[in-house]
Amino acid sequence: MTTKPTPRVRVPAKAAAGELIEIKTLISHEMESGQRKDAQGKTIPRKIINKFSASFNGKPIFSADWHPAISANPYQSFFYKAAESGEFTFSWKDDDGQEYTARNKLTVG
Amino acid sequence: MNSPTTGLTRRATITAGAIAALAGLLAPRMAFADEKQVADEIKKLYGDKAMAEGKIRLDVPEIAENGLVVPINIEVDSPMTEADHVKAVHVFADGNPLPGIVSYSFTPACGKASAATRMRLAQTQNIICIAEMSNGTLHTAKANVKVTIGGCGG
Repeated sequence: MTTKPTPRVRVPAKAAAGELIEIKTLISHEMESGQRKDAQGKTIPRKIINKFSASFNGKPIFSADWHPAISANPYQSFFYKAAESGEFTFSWKDDDGQEYTARNKLTVG
Repeated sequence: MNSPTTGLTRRATITAGAIAALAGLLAPRMAFADEKQVADEIKKLYGDKAMAEGKIRLDVPEIAENGLVVPINIEVDSPMTEADHVKAVHVFADGNPLPGIVSYSFTPACGKASAATRMRLAQTQNIICIAEMSNGTLHTAKANVKVTIGGCGG
């Protein structure tokens, strides 16, 4: 609510064909669980990023459905086996319908 | 003979009192999931299908000082080819307000069925992980995490 979610992605710019690369992502977000109460004892409504997905050249490679048990400023890492040059698209879907995206180029060879 | 008995009773009374007071303090106005709820969630996904142990490396700390940020790393042993790969991994906890933590879907393009994130744990509890392979078989793993400070601030 107070900060605009900013995605950060760490992915190598170059890889050899067949090389296994690790992709690390982080996005600033409060991940309000819907379990907390404010000073008046009222439940603070849930507002989390519920889905993270990654694709390469438009083809889905990995996704994660996050529940409220995921920590604030959610971190997600996973692997990708480099095959060809192209571009990653990372997307984070918020409960309120907003979508945050990041793109990273990968050169193979 | 009398005094030790009295001492014990007194201690027991104090302990019981302390536990009651603590329970009153800790019993937050919050319902927690339990093993049954986790079992129900798994049933919703896979019915009564048999599950095997092994193949999964569930990497969580034995003791988490801060329940707000507990690292969890999962790796499933698989060649990740078109014919034989890990399709999905689901993670549950049996002592949080809600049983679900995260569900991953993998593709052969991942090359390795491994993912890491950070989770909130309200109290000491078990983490249960289910991996679904491309041939439909299921594998499961379980680990206990002791939480010093819960991650569910009210």
